[in-house]
Amino acid sequence: MALTAVAVETFDADSPWDLHESVSVRPERFGALLYDFRTRRLTFVKDPVLQKVIDALSTSSSAREALALVKVPQEDHERYLSALARLAETSMLTPRSQGEIT
Amino acid sequence: MSTTTVATGRDLLAEFERGLDAPICLTWELTYACNLACVHCLSSSGKRDPRELDTAEAKAVIDELERLQVFYVNIGGGEPTVRSDFWELVDYAVAHKVGVKFSTNGIRLDKTAAARIAATSYVDVQISLDGATAEVNDAVRGEGSFKTALQALDNLAEAGATDFKISVVVTRHNVTQLDAFKKLADDRGAQLRLTRLRPSGRGADTWDELHLLPGQQRVLYDWLVDHSGEVLTGDSFFHLSAYGEALPGLNLCGAGRVVCLIDPIGDVYACPFAIHDEFLAGNLREAGGFTSIWRESALFSSLREPQTGGACASCNFYGSCRGGCMAAKFFTGLPLDGPDPECVKGYGEEALAALGEIDRPRPGADHSRSIPLMVLKPKNAPVPACAEDPLAGFDPNEVAVSSLSR
Repeated sequence: MALTAVAVETFDADSPWDLHESVSVRPERFGALLYDFRTRRLTFVKDPVLQKVIDALSTSSSAREALALVKVPQEDHERYLSALARLAETSMLTPRSQGEIT
Repeated sequence: MSTTTVATGRDLLAEFERGLDAPICLTWELTYACNLACVHCLSSSGKRDPRELDTAEAKAVIDELERLQVFYVNIGGGEPTVRSDFWELVDYAVAHKVGVKFSTNGIRLDKTAAARIAATSYVDVQISLDGATAEVNDAVRGEGSFKTALQALDNLAEAGATDFKISVVVTRHNVTQLDAFKKLADDRGAQLRLTRLRPSGRGADTWDELHLLPGQQRVLYDWLVDHSGEVLTGDSFFHLSAYGEALPGLNLCGAGRVVCLIDPIGDVYACPFAIHDEFLAGNLREAGGFTSIWRESALFSSLREPQTGGACASCNFYGSCRGGCMAAKFFTGLPLDGPDPECVKGYGEEALAALGEIDRPRPGADHSRSIPLMVLKPKNAPVPACAEDPLAGFDPNEVAVSSLSR
């Protein structure tokens, strides 16, 4: 399914995000498998860097900071933020209140 | 270009065919004991096996699955809820982040159990039903089994459970009831799940009189296309893809690659439809446990090697049907690299005819009670709680892709 423009536009890259607590992440040689127990959907992340970004969210004060933490090159930021927006769109990522780091 | 690419479906299939370090999910039959004696039971269940894993051993298995990050287990049997520690094990699995889906004929699914299921998204239930009427269902599953299943479904609906499933094994006798099954599910807020009959377990004895006739296969395919996205199939009908467009789902055999079966005594098989020594990878009571069987057994390694397609390789439709179901071939006596017995192009029938009268492999681990079983009047044989495809619920669309490029 294509990422909707709305999802990208409404995704706030300057806010803190967390993986939803009902989502389980399993690292794989190709990246990771994500499983959401609420929807029982399996998501295939074929990119180890994206998996690191997702990992970094919980200790970052914004999605952008997570990208910096993992040293994603500036020119790739937009694509990674699109991927995060997709995860937010399906509520696998959830907004975290400012200042609260898990 | 960076390495951040869109994962296409083909990439996914290639990764899965090579096998993963741990299963995505697996089927776990907790007991061979069953109150029913369905004529097509995949696991030939009936009597409890005295060697059954006890509570402590079962919990140790869950610990191991947690370490491997297996997302969930499809619990079946036999009838799993007749184990006195059934809920204890379910609770233990959930507490250890191993999700549970379980199959039941509904015998123990009272209002209390229904409320329990309704309260958590980590436990998912499917009620087995093989006829939309008592007549068709009970001919295969036994007298009174329709009433029991309907009561369980009503208990779930009343408890406010959502997403529970009605699981149907499609046979020659109930394929005319697909709309009725759908209504049965819709009326209760349940989801319909249709799966393929296999010639496994007691199904080996009833296959010839229950499996779909060629014309019926087309009816089923058209119905599945018309209801795409509305029903689950456990991805069990990928052999029908050769009729035209691929059906939703993961169109590959996941046996020993992304799924497997743990039986009640700890034997690990490539898939729930293949209870036979030929597909037995080891027993998890042995040193190394489940992990070493999954990662090192010779059987699973061989299943992860590139498949040539054998006699099917030159067929235009091999890319979509992938040669069909390994277990269906094996138990009908066909070579594993040949066509599926229900090949929609008719190659399976040709191959079977060429075989002539042979002794088909007998399913292993028979726990049937010593009562004569026969398909009753409306000759119908559904799969019981034991007929669980480990990839149940994996809609192809659900294997979402992170769009990174463009």
